[in-house]
Amino acid sequence: MAKAFQKIYTKITQITKATCSVKAADVGYDEMAIIDGKLAQVIKIVGDEVSLQVFRGTEGIPTNAEVIFTGKAPTLKVGEQLIGRFFNAYGEPIDGGPIPEGEEREIGGPSVNPVRRAQPSELIATGIPGIDLNNTLVTGQKIPFFADPDQPFNQVMATVALRAQADKIILGGMGMTNDDYLYFKNTFSDAGVLDHIICFMNTTEDPAVERLLVPDMALTAAEYFAVEKNEKVLVLLSDMTSYADALAIVSNRMDQIPSKDSMPGSLYSDLAKIYEKAAQFATGGSITIIAVTTLSGGDITHAVPDNTGYITEGQLFLRHDTDVGKVIIDPFRSLSRLKQLVQGIKTREDHPQVMNAAVRLYADAANAKTKMENGFDLTEYDKRALAFAKEYSRTILAIDVNLDTTEMLDRTWGLFSTYFKPEEVNVKKELVEKYWKN
Amino acid sequence: MPTKGFVKGIVSNLVIVEVDNPVSQNEIAYIDLDGTKLMAEVIKVIGKNVYVQVFENTRNLKVGAPVEFAGHMLEVVLGPGLLSRNLDGLQNDLDKMEGIFLKRGQYTYPLDEDVLWDFEPLAEVGDKVTAGSWLGKVEENHQPHKIMVPFVMTGEYTVKSIVPKGKYTIHQTIAVVEDHEGKETEITMVQKWPVKIPLTAYREKPRPYKLLETGVRIIDTLNPIVEGGTGFIPGAFGTGKTVLQHAISRQAEADIVVIAACGERANEVVEIFTDFPKLIDPHTGRKLIERTIIVANTSNMPVAAREASVYTAMAIAEYYRSMGLKVLLMADSTSRWAQALREMSNRLEELPGPEAFPMDLSAIISNFYGRAGYVVLNNGEEASITFIGTVSPAGGNLKEPVTENTKKVARCFYALEQERADMKRYPAISPIESYSKYLEYPEFEEYVSTHISPDWIEKINELRTRLLRGKEVAEQINILGDDGVPVDYHIVFWKSELIDFILLQQNSFDPIDAVTPIERQKYIVDMIIEICRFEFEFDNFNEVADYFKKMINICLQMNYSEFLSEEFQHYRKQLDAFVKSKALETVEE
Repeated sequence: MAKAFQKIYTKITQITKATCSVKAADVGYDEMAIIDGKLAQVIKIVGDEVSLQVFRGTEGIPTNAEVIFTGKAPTLKVGEQLIGRFFNAYGEPIDGGPIPEGEEREIGGPSVNPVRRAQPSELIATGIPGIDLNNTLVTGQKIPFFADPDQPFNQVMATVALRAQADKIILGGMGMTNDDYLYFKNTFSDAGVLDHIICFMNTTEDPAVERLLVPDMALTAAEYFAVEKNEKVLVLLSDMTSYADALAIVSNRMDQIPSKDSMPGSLYSDLAKIYEKAAQFATGGSITIIAVTTLSGGDITHAVPDNTGYITEGQLFLRHDTDVGKVIIDPFRSLSRLKQLVQGIKTREDHPQVMNAAVRLYADAANAKTKMENGFDLTEYDKRALAFAKEYSRTILAIDVNLDTTEMLDRTWGLFSTYFKPEEVNVKKELVEKYWKN
Repeated sequence: MPTKGFVKGIVSNLVIVEVDNPVSQNEIAYIDLDGTKLMAEVIKVIGKNVYVQVFENTRNLKVGAPVEFAGHMLEVVLGPGLLSRNLDGLQNDLDKMEGIFLKRGQYTYPLDEDVLWDFEPLAEVGDKVTAGSWLGKVEENHQPHKIMVPFVMTGEYTVKSIVPKGKYTIHQTIAVVEDHEGKETEITMVQKWPVKIPLTAYREKPRPYKLLETGVRIIDTLNPIVEGGTGFIPGAFGTGKTVLQHAISRQAEADIVVIAACGERANEVVEIFTDFPKLIDPHTGRKLIERTIIVANTSNMPVAAREASVYTAMAIAEYYRSMGLKVLLMADSTSRWAQALREMSNRLEELPGPEAFPMDLSAIISNFYGRAGYVVLNNGEEASITFIGTVSPAGGNLKEPVTENTKKVARCFYALEQERADMKRYPAISPIESYSKYLEYPEFEEYVSTHISPDWIEKINELRTRLLRGKEVAEQINILGDDGVPVDYHIVFWKSELIDFILLQQNSFDPIDAVTPIERQKYIVDMIIEICRFEFEFDNFNEVADYFKKMINICLQMNYSEFLSEEFQHYRKQLDAFVKSKALETVEE
């Protein structure tokens, strides 16, 4: 497989579990190489000693193995032929189809000049009122689900992807179980949307370090469609905690001093490089990133969710509401930082006030519940608030609800008038007069 | 002859260069990657090996690449035309860059070289001048921009000639000065200064004492910052750091605002780019962008340039301070800068300090905060840099190195509280944990007693005591239950809630409530203290809550009304009547 112009070296000086060092010359930083048939990337050069990170691990590599340098950083051939295809972390087809042709681009390219960005302003309607009403998403936004591994985040993400009316949906799987991968594949295929899906997949069966390439592959493809074709691209990344775990493995092999929670000191920058690829371009194209960060027992102070929270524009929390027996989008802990750019602007005028009023009343119910649990007496208002909360949770917050933005506002007004008096909801008088359901 | 060398090793953005000739610590070098020049800075030298941190991505760089040293440290270009500009961390003009994506090795000049400025001389032939002396001025966005003797010049000079009033470009000679040996130097409107060296062309740095109004009540009244003061805002994500930071930069009564967006979200910078050209400066009525300079190194831009960006912003602030202006410098967030230091320290394989941060983090932070301050220039004029930095503590835990080290040097502490943010009590600055050391300055006390009211500090202390008392009582009520404590406890609690809702909480999205001038803050303080000093009598705790909720509602309507307008006075009358209906004649001690 070596071509005439490629440089081949055989002097391997060091092998660890994930890295190899070889004596070589004229090698570029970040360049890809093939060691004993395995893909590797240059991570350190000192004089004539080049250290490589071997993605599939170094098992079985002999000290006299051939190291072939490809002369370039990892690349992806971008173009229309990517559409509807499934690839591994290197961009190689895993669906039995042909190798796509297109313009070859280095992945992990430069950042967008901030002055060339436009302010995100386009609503993404997901149909899930727990998102659209309280945590409205906007094109060009980056937002993760913070979820425990047992929560149905992949299902919610698939639903969002199907309803988002994106021109392209690009799925980047990192350490995804094979079952979840097939779930996505079947869901997209059943919905008949394979004509605008692209998938880069690293499952739990693949080597962990390989998944470091997945987000850059997905986002390089996304940039092609968003910038060149002015399309609305939605990128789904699941699961970013697995990505961070792979970063920690490499940093450990490189003898770097770990910072909080054994994560590398550069975790913030590493995650930001990925998430900041989300952008609204002035020409109309956009990249929106919806990711998953799995938590350990709901702990958001762990380095991965913590750094993510500082980078992303909000986060979505799922919660199992035992009162109604459904999974809901938690209105207290979830947040979309860009929601005010579209609420009441791209949606009906009463949206911000209805959202705030409903969450406030839901909070009253939470207080009433605490009171009840502590054995204090409930007032008549407390009882109404509790009844409201149950209905609100069941018909608005639950992830299986599907409403457009006007329907969800009307439904919330309906709940207000069932359980409360106009003066109890604290909404502007003219809106009450216009929308109150008698 | 500049020193040259070649690349010997590469680990991410740390590059080892072998040289034969002398180099200086922090000297700038350019690495040639197939014709693209990558800017780098010397951070360590061992024998012939020079360690440089590259301000760009080093992908495809090879051993043997030629390197040329520039003979100077990282410098900023200083001259008229910096205002309203969007710069990157190395002072490149972002608007002049080509394409949607930032290309490696693209460096753009931060000023306009062809613009003609209306120059007016301030110095005369024969005047004795030193570095920083004002030779003349031009109008920059309606503000006088002083043209100064370059700060790198040492000793005393005599003005030999100066051009008459007229239009000149930044590169034209506007004056010639002569040193005592008769050596002449031509001076233009533009000069350079190394960013890591503090610019100290002033006579003295007295203790600051003048209140810097921000229009944010919980700051101005309870935890005031002063012109030339320092403060910091730590807060977990989602506690409203950025909203508060933007509010201060919009509203503060400063001549110049420099915003260093250091390692934060690009969309937040886009918000400033989009809003500031539209928003009006409440003090001058002109567009906010006219007094603003943005230094943006967003989180996805190169890490080494992130470290440089705060210094670039500080050097620019110091330049404007030397003109006798009131400068406000905001850095969001200093934690990202500290993380950049950590990444590099790690690559250098230095022995780590706490949480893998470099051992000298504390010194670096304190030296940086030390560059802010209130000064008297050599010509007797007063000027200041007020510095407010945000800190993003990992996991929201304030016991981490950046917060702790910043706390040692910053005089104001604005602790953002998750609990307050969850309750939507914005700005979520904790009234209990936060402090301003300036309240203890006798100079400040004297200033506010003449400028606001003679018993101002006493009143502030009374408010603080009431808030603290309210918190203690609330804890007891939580433990013992509403009816487990005397009704008086509820009154104490609700009085503190009145202070919280009317004075501390502020709606930054409401046009009137967002900015409160100090005379209106005084009005609110007087009004609240008057109410709090009344004694009330109630039969049970439910009555207390109902009564105070209604009172708070009336006061809120006042906060949303134009100050002293008819509507406002109407609510005031309503309030007075409402208070009278329940207050006892006697007044609390």
